[in-house]
Amino acid sequence: MNIHEFQAKEIFSRYGIPVPRGIVVSTPAEAKAATKEMGGQSVVKAQIHAGGRGKSGGVQLTRSPEEAEVAAQRMLGSNLVTPQTGPEGAPVDKLLIEELADIKNELYVALTIDRGHRGPVMLVSTQGGMDIEEVAANDPQDIYTEPVDPLMGLMPFQTRRLVRKLGLDQAVASDAAKVLNALYRVFVDNDCSLVEINPLIITGDDRVVALDAKINLDDDSMFRHADLKEYRDISQENALEAQAADLNIAYVNLDGDVGCLVNGAGLAMATLDVTTAAGAAPANFLDVGGGATPEKVSSAVKIILSDPKVRRVLVNIFGGILRCDIAGEGIVLAYNETGSKIPLVVRMLGTNVVEGKKILGDSGLSVVFADTLTEAAEAIQQIKV
Amino acid sequence: MGVLVDESTRVLVQGITGREGSFHARACMAYGTNIVAGVTPGRGGTMFEDKVPVFNSVEEAVAQTQANMSLIFVPPPFAPDAICESTDAGIPLIACITEGIPVQDMVNVYRYIQNKPVRLIGPNCPGLINPGAKCKIGIMPGAIHLPGRVGVLSRSGTLTYEAVGQLTALGIGQSSCVGIGGDPIIGTNFVDVLALFDADPDTDAVVMIGEIGGTMEQDAAAFIKSNFSKPISALVVGSSAPAGKRMGHAGAIITGETATAEYKLAALKDAGASIIPTPADIGTTAQEMLRSRGLLK
Repeated sequence: MNIHEFQAKEIFSRYGIPVPRGIVVSTPAEAKAATKEMGGQSVVKAQIHAGGRGKSGGVQLTRSPEEAEVAAQRMLGSNLVTPQTGPEGAPVDKLLIEELADIKNELYVALTIDRGHRGPVMLVSTQGGMDIEEVAANDPQDIYTEPVDPLMGLMPFQTRRLVRKLGLDQAVASDAAKVLNALYRVFVDNDCSLVEINPLIITGDDRVVALDAKINLDDDSMFRHADLKEYRDISQENALEAQAADLNIAYVNLDGDVGCLVNGAGLAMATLDVTTAAGAAPANFLDVGGGATPEKVSSAVKIILSDPKVRRVLVNIFGGILRCDIAGEGIVLAYNETGSKIPLVVRMLGTNVVEGKKILGDSGLSVVFADTLTEAAEAIQQIKV
Repeated sequence: MGVLVDESTRVLVQGITGREGSFHARACMAYGTNIVAGVTPGRGGTMFEDKVPVFNSVEEAVAQTQANMSLIFVPPPFAPDAICESTDAGIPLIACITEGIPVQDMVNVYRYIQNKPVRLIGPNCPGLINPGAKCKIGIMPGAIHLPGRVGVLSRSGTLTYEAVGQLTALGIGQSSCVGIGGDPIIGTNFVDVLALFDADPDTDAVVMIGEIGGTMEQDAAAFIKSNFSKPISALVVGSSAPAGKRMGHAGAIITGETATAEYKLAALKDAGASIIPTPADIGTTAQEMLRSRGLLK
């Protein structure tokens, strides 16, 4: 789960990580008042769940309350398109109005889980304020990685080493170490999959401040973080993806016209690959899961059918825990309730496959059956759209 | 033979009285698996299906039944404890089916089991099966398997069944099938199982099914190049996945060039693996590979 910059900074503040003074606003008038409060100048930052805002007009330095008002007018209610949002962009409903910072030095700090190390790693770089993927590609030697032992936590010798790698002098070393330690606590206490400060700045008067903040939370840990759950902002998610997430269905919206209903993540990925190889384009990834009921399958099918791009539907069910008859019932239920005429290619195998096919065959829906993945892909290709 | 499990495997099921646990314990027993005990704290002293004793702790279950493997169906908040409890009781092999364990919990669990005499398969995996030994320890549909001499290795559940289904349809049997799990942090990786298949006299060749995310396939490629003596065909799914999106499996997310299907396939091809062009070609590619090595007529 992604959260907004202002929310991440709330968490940072709780852990004693210094952030610029800021006010969250949702109208141009509030932006103007907040800028006045900051002494007449501010940075206006669009709050969306994607990076690359600076290059895309989502961050603006303003020299007067009126200028902030105009900037807010431009951003609020618009969809901000950045290199990370996709062409449709992300809606801007809130702005963070912050005081101007006196930047002497820009650094990069992040924590994530490294699969190879099977534990947390802290990444630091002297190239703060840059796209870190670009730094990794062009100047990999400028990124230093510190593996952390989960039982020991981030040790003092490690923070000292990280501070050295960041090239910081004695005046700020102790404050910087405090920030790194606090960041590690943020990462562990909140079950983060990523915490990133880009840039972490050193100010003219030698203060260490998190100018930006990014936190991704582990969806699977939400059962023990009721408070963090409230940070969810559905407006930032694809509507169909949000709907699927609420039903506990793994769904990713894609660009094509072939709606895919599959059980199992690996088989779902394989189905997309086969569809693509056959020259058709999938409209979505969907794993309906193992213990699905007809109602859950029906909800999944309705999500697929409510995507306006979908012109044909490919069903690929390997019945195990999920029985084919349950899948069949769910599909028919969804088509009957929506009155959809979108043609189906159905490939079913495994538990209760005969019953499942009979339910679909008798339903009066436009169904082509396929026995193998190859046949299914060919049948999809042959449907004229 | 086969790898990891066979006729001598005595299985304990943690979470045997739950919905998933009871359903799959029954299916495993019906396949022929020797399930000797169940563990559900608070339900000790009862019997499962009138023949399997249920204990309050793994320790008691091991003492009473000499169980030597644990199969875990415990919900995510409690699964880390279940893995550690079996490790503590000296169980040498654990398969954890549970999906949705927080990643940082698995970080700690891995650290706990790391230097102890235990192998963890999963979590978030279908388990493992040795069809020749009538030993199914997991949630895979038993009926699609055929005893034989090809090892199957995969990060996925249903896609493993797809692979097995294609092999069986062509009359190609399996020595063992191991699903190592779709999470970012798992107990056993491709290289571990490849080493076991390499040493197994009853495995002639291997079909390996990878996916996007992480670098496990590249590690496997390096191992195949230097240490693996048997023919292997490989598939990597997710070539049509967009970057940065989690494709169902928590571990299936493209984060940089090395996590892509293309990059992984290039490494495997370079290592000498027969590349399976699409998921529809698993059986035929394996068949071709076996024929070219004189392992199949």
